[in-house]
Amino acid sequence: MNIMNKILEFLSQGGYAGYVWSAYGMTLALLVIETLGLRRGQRAILARLQRLLRLRNAGDKQ
Amino acid sequence: MTKPWSRFAAPASFYPLAGRLIPVFWVLAAAFILIALYWGFFQTPDQLGGSNAQKDYYRIIFIHVGTAWMSMWLYAMLVAWAAVGLVFKTRLSFMMANAIAPTGAIFTFLALWTGAIWGRPSWGTYWDWDPRLTSELILFFLYIGYIALHSAIDDSRRADRAAALLAIVGLVMVPVIFWSINCPDPNQCAALHQRSGLGKVDGNILFAMLTMTLGLWMYSFATTLMRVRGIILTREAETAWVQDLVRAQARGS
Repeated sequence: MNIMNKILEFLSQGGYAGYVWSAYGMTLALLVIETLGLRRGQRAILARLQRLLRLRNAGDKQ
Repeated sequence: MTKPWSRFAAPASFYPLAGRLIPVFWVLAAAFILIALYWGFFQTPDQLGGSNAQKDYYRIIFIHVGTAWMSMWLYAMLVAWAAVGLVFKTRLSFMMANAIAPTGAIFTFLALWTGAIWGRPSWGTYWDWDPRLTSELILFFLYIGYIALHSAIDDSRRADRAAALLAIVGLVMVPVIFWSINCPDPNQCAALHQRSGLGKVDGNILFAMLTMTLGLWMYSFATTLMRVRGIILTREAETAWVQDLVRAQARGS
């Protein structure tokens, strides 16, 4: 129970939880979105290039 | 192309180098940011200052200062790469400038966002047209303008040059932001940011602040290198080395 109280006290940030966590939350959210977007973007570029290569190979064979 | 530095200026050799560096920067970023968060939340006092104390909300300082510094530093880096590209006509330099811009814009937005949230409890307002806030907002528009101008021009080499010129002209904003607090008369400038030296900051707070900035810097290296790899692949799609790489990847997966 003591640990629970400590966690709650930490989360409340002396009554300024809304300010502190919305600042940290937005930062976390944007950095995560940027990272995931970059990973997805890189995979999409590679997939597109692979498709182009396949198309070109198919064209060469005809 | 015999000078040693120009070896890595070729996208074909920079691409795998960046790929090896990215995980290193991720580990460093995570380590610095976690240390900074721990130190900032558990090793610092609950209040800041004496009579007009900043209560717990001052802990926004750790990301506010870090993101604000990175917003200016990344802009300076963007301009440096753009200038190198204009002078030496190196393709990779422009790609680096392009890759920095979105991360810089995100940090500028975060500096404004965290600043507004910090401003509410300490100054009683989310926003004021104070010189520093206004100039940081202009920096945000400069990043957006750079990205928009670049994507509006179809020919990527012309887009590089035009956007680089815009970025160089916009560089005047960085010193304006940096010195916008040191106004001679606070009543005249309505400066909400007070003049402060790093030496006056409590040691634990300073440590968390600097560690967080280092962490965000490493994060910027990681995201910039990730983005530049995508730009390299897109722009060099017709070259033999990219086609070899794509073929190897297709065989691997």
